[in-house]
Amino acid sequence: MLPREYRTISSISGPLMMVEKTQDVRFDELVEITLANGDKRRGRVLEIEKDRALVQVFEGTSGIENEDTKVRFVGKVLTLPVSRDMLGRVFNGRGEPIDGGAPLIAEQNLDINGMPMNPFSRDYPSEFIQTGISTIDGLNPMVRGQKLPIFSASGLPHNRMAAQIARQATVISGHEDFAVVFAAMGITFEEASFFMEDFRRTGALQRTVLYINLADDPAIERISTPRIALTAAEYLAFECNMHVVVILTDLTNYCEALREISAARKEVPGRRGYPGYLYTDLATMYERAGRLKGKSGSITQIPILTMPEDDKTHPIPDLTGYITEGQIILSRSLHRQGIYPPVDVMPSLSRLKDKGIGKGKTREDHADLMNQLFAAYARGKEAKELAVILGEGALSDEDKAFAKFADVFEDKYVRQGEYENRTIQETLQLGWDLLTMIPVKELKRIRDAYIEKYLNPLLKEKSEKGAE
Amino acid sequence: MPEKKEVKGVIERISGSLVVAGGMEGASMQDVVHIGELGLVGEILEVNGDKASIQVYEETSGLMPGEPVVSMGEPLSVELGPGIIEQFYDGIQRPLELIENAAKSPYISRGISVPALDRKKKWKFEPKVKAGDEVIAGDILGTVQETVVVEHRIMVPYGIKGKVAKIEKGEHTIEDVIAVIDDNGTKHEVRMLQRWPVRRPRPVKTRLAPNVPMTTGQRVVDAFFPVALGGTACVPGPFGSGKTVIQHQFAKWAQAQIVVYVGCGERGNEMTDVLLEFPELDDPQTGQPLMKRTTLIANTSNMPVAAREASVYTAITLAEYYRDMGYSVALMADSTSRWAEALREMSGRLEEMPGEEGYPAYLGTRLASFYERAGRCIVNGKDGREGSITVIGAVSPPGGDLSEPVTQNTLRVTKVFWGLDANLAYQRHFPAINWLNSYSLYTERLDPYWDERFDDQWSGLRVESMSLLEQEAQLNEVVRLVGIDALSRDERMVMETAKSLREDFLHQNAFHEIDTYASMEKQFKMLRTIINFHHAGLDALHKGAPMNKLFNLPVREQIARMRYLEEKDIGQIDKLEDTIKEQINAIVPVGGDSNAA
Repeated sequence: MLPREYRTISSISGPLMMVEKTQDVRFDELVEITLANGDKRRGRVLEIEKDRALVQVFEGTSGIENEDTKVRFVGKVLTLPVSRDMLGRVFNGRGEPIDGGAPLIAEQNLDINGMPMNPFSRDYPSEFIQTGISTIDGLNPMVRGQKLPIFSASGLPHNRMAAQIARQATVISGHEDFAVVFAAMGITFEEASFFMEDFRRTGALQRTVLYINLADDPAIERISTPRIALTAAEYLAFECNMHVVVILTDLTNYCEALREISAARKEVPGRRGYPGYLYTDLATMYERAGRLKGKSGSITQIPILTMPEDDKTHPIPDLTGYITEGQIILSRSLHRQGIYPPVDVMPSLSRLKDKGIGKGKTREDHADLMNQLFAAYARGKEAKELAVILGEGALSDEDKAFAKFADVFEDKYVRQGEYENRTIQETLQLGWDLLTMIPVKELKRIRDAYIEKYLNPLLKEKSEKGAE
Repeated sequence: MPEKKEVKGVIERISGSLVVAGGMEGASMQDVVHIGELGLVGEILEVNGDKASIQVYEETSGLMPGEPVVSMGEPLSVELGPGIIEQFYDGIQRPLELIENAAKSPYISRGISVPALDRKKKWKFEPKVKAGDEVIAGDILGTVQETVVVEHRIMVPYGIKGKVAKIEKGEHTIEDVIAVIDDNGTKHEVRMLQRWPVRRPRPVKTRLAPNVPMTTGQRVVDAFFPVALGGTACVPGPFGSGKTVIQHQFAKWAQAQIVVYVGCGERGNEMTDVLLEFPELDDPQTGQPLMKRTTLIANTSNMPVAAREASVYTAITLAEYYRDMGYSVALMADSTSRWAEALREMSGRLEEMPGEEGYPAYLGTRLASFYERAGRCIVNGKDGREGSITVIGAVSPPGGDLSEPVTQNTLRVTKVFWGLDANLAYQRHFPAINWLNSYSLYTERLDPYWDERFDDQWSGLRVESMSLLEQEAQLNEVVRLVGIDALSRDERMVMETAKSLREDFLHQNAFHEIDTYASMEKQFKMLRTIINFHHAGLDALHKGAPMNKLFNLPVREQIARMRYLEEKDIGQIDKLEDTIKEQINAIVPVGGDSNAA
């Protein structure tokens, strides 16, 4: 079919324009727009009614007028050229190289919207990823194929943490093909260059693909940036058999762009003006993480979002939490105390943790130890709250022990250096060391056999030291 | 049945999953249509003159105006017959395994048409009636062993009655005629394969009161907030509070003969988890893998949104079919909020006047009519079989705010409310069902059932335990203000027992091989022991026993470990009663000074 060209734009509003008298236009089709001055833009068909097509312009509508602007319907959906050579390259939010390198020679052209994975064909994620961060490895273990977002807020060091994860993530079983796909949506130049610099310095860039949509790029372009990145990730994971970690930052900017389009289409808004389909829209991206039966690659997603006003019930973190397999929440109060990474241990959660840990994966005592640390920290925090109201004197001896535990836990276990890469063994050992502060009979979540094996030697050592 | 009427029209408008077709005179509401060259499946939502608004169950990208739309003149229906159990379907009853084979890809592509039930497989049909017998709709013609635990009963379809003219024993495919029924000269051929429109409830003879419990092996549920066979329950909770784990626990351990699990707009990995885990786990009642009684329906959050809406109806129709055979069926829907969102999305595209939070005004009626399809009843047929459907729906309120429309409309029609609490989840107290605000309207009805089995002690224990937990909540307020030392010795005992109830009884580890399931007998024994210790402890305190000694008795350690006793060893719990007496007597001062402070 010949591409058809029209000069029949009837109305332009926000990122949308209406093209009249069209023929054989397909829903969701890619549109190329040529401005009077020769500029080219792209868009896609959002709605068709008989011979009228509503087009969403990716790069914004400024400069488009209804006389000389030409609109061409390409006859296919937006695709991304992919190849293994993407590794080490930097692209803009539309998937075009911006690192001055040669254009990509495509091995395949893939629809950026992907297709839903058949749940029957999925393989359950169960391979532990060591990030070298105790609060993740020890308490919220991540597995290959998981989607585990970081809920942050403005002013918190989520970028440093994401970079640390990208740098350190390995599997204990050994060295395998490993890649990072990084998609920046609406972040500042400074933030973007932090990542690029960090990847370059640590040599991680060679195995990284970057898609950068900066804060001053058209907001509307952000809609496709994460999809482009995920398409690249799918190619690397399931065609090139690599283990891919996808970092998406910042989802809040993405959702705002989505709201902008929704408002321009005059749709009935859902909560806080976000469209009613925000859940479904986010799900079509997050659900692209996972593993497939018979393929050795995997896609692990770490989306980062900043919670407006630190509010976890805001639609963006809320809906994300309903789709993703857990969340790592950063705490402003820990950050103020100078603790890095400021992971708020209590509300953070990895839903797939139980599958990735235990005998043969990390260590047999991992699950019990993890539950006990959670419980002890929760109790310690409670005791500390009580102490604030009533004074330390009102605490029982046990509560005092727990309160002290909570402090040391934050200082020793949560806190670690930005370049400190703790192995899972070190993290587990640290946990047991801390538990020596608590009376043994309070350790209800741990099987006796593990107390015998892991705790008693430590206690003995401690009492010997004490005796000296 | 009236002759199927084919109507052909063309696409006029496309907006996401909504397609408007013109030239559709004669098409009726809710008819299934095939759209475009690809033959995508959709359903008519609205008819206006010759225009029909259609919700499309598959991704619409690539469609264009002018493509054909064909209505088959039949509402969206499911196929009923042997082969449903152990299957893994999408929202419109296409087996996902066959989709994988047809698509030759791990991704779901469009326009795939695969049969819901295997047409080639031969089943061994064992007649239960003989030629000459009079039968009415719902009567069992014969049986097929569908899985080791499920005997599939082939029933006389609705609207057919008469004399059995012919019945064929032996190996048959589901499309073979297995019986001919002669209704005064009109001959009806009956096949194992039958169809039923999903939006029409299957009729029953009489509905019964829900006064038989459905145990779930989950202590907080069975003991405090039980659900009855044929009852309805909802589990609302913010994310991370363990809704899905609870739903999985119910699907695993609920005392139902058939389980239908529908993952509606939820995570793909969760369905995979069920699919991989259920064949490995054994049902405590039959000793056979759980998968042998389970059918799964998945419309994950990234699959087309319109089919999400259909998936719950597909699920409940399958459940009704097995209920009609005389089984107790448990249906878990995770999550009904996603279904409601699908309704909202379609409503928005149809440009309907929005109600609260953009949801359509008919949200409440839709939810109610779905939950009303649950129930315990005498099903059709002469033999007066009893069947039931118990529906447990998860609700995902945005921000954990229960005042939102889906939760409120659900609470209006469900009888059990298990409120999940984010704070409990943070403390890793699972199941995170808040005992202070959850409720079950079946408790009173079910108490007599358990009292009869447990020496008239059950309801007493339950009431006392609840009241202790309630007192603890009040005492906690006092403690927060003035400290634990301000409490009297009796009150300290209440606090201790409540703590024991919380940590040793209510808390249950779904991932621990033994703790994951507790029989009613075990639950009863555990509860009785904890309360006995409470009484004995109070008594000892009155007699002057020192408080810290009492609270640190070694037997308390054993009480805490009761949950890890295997079902065959629960007799050991009885022995604890003596240990409690012994150890407490040992710390009571001789002579017992009742005025000791």
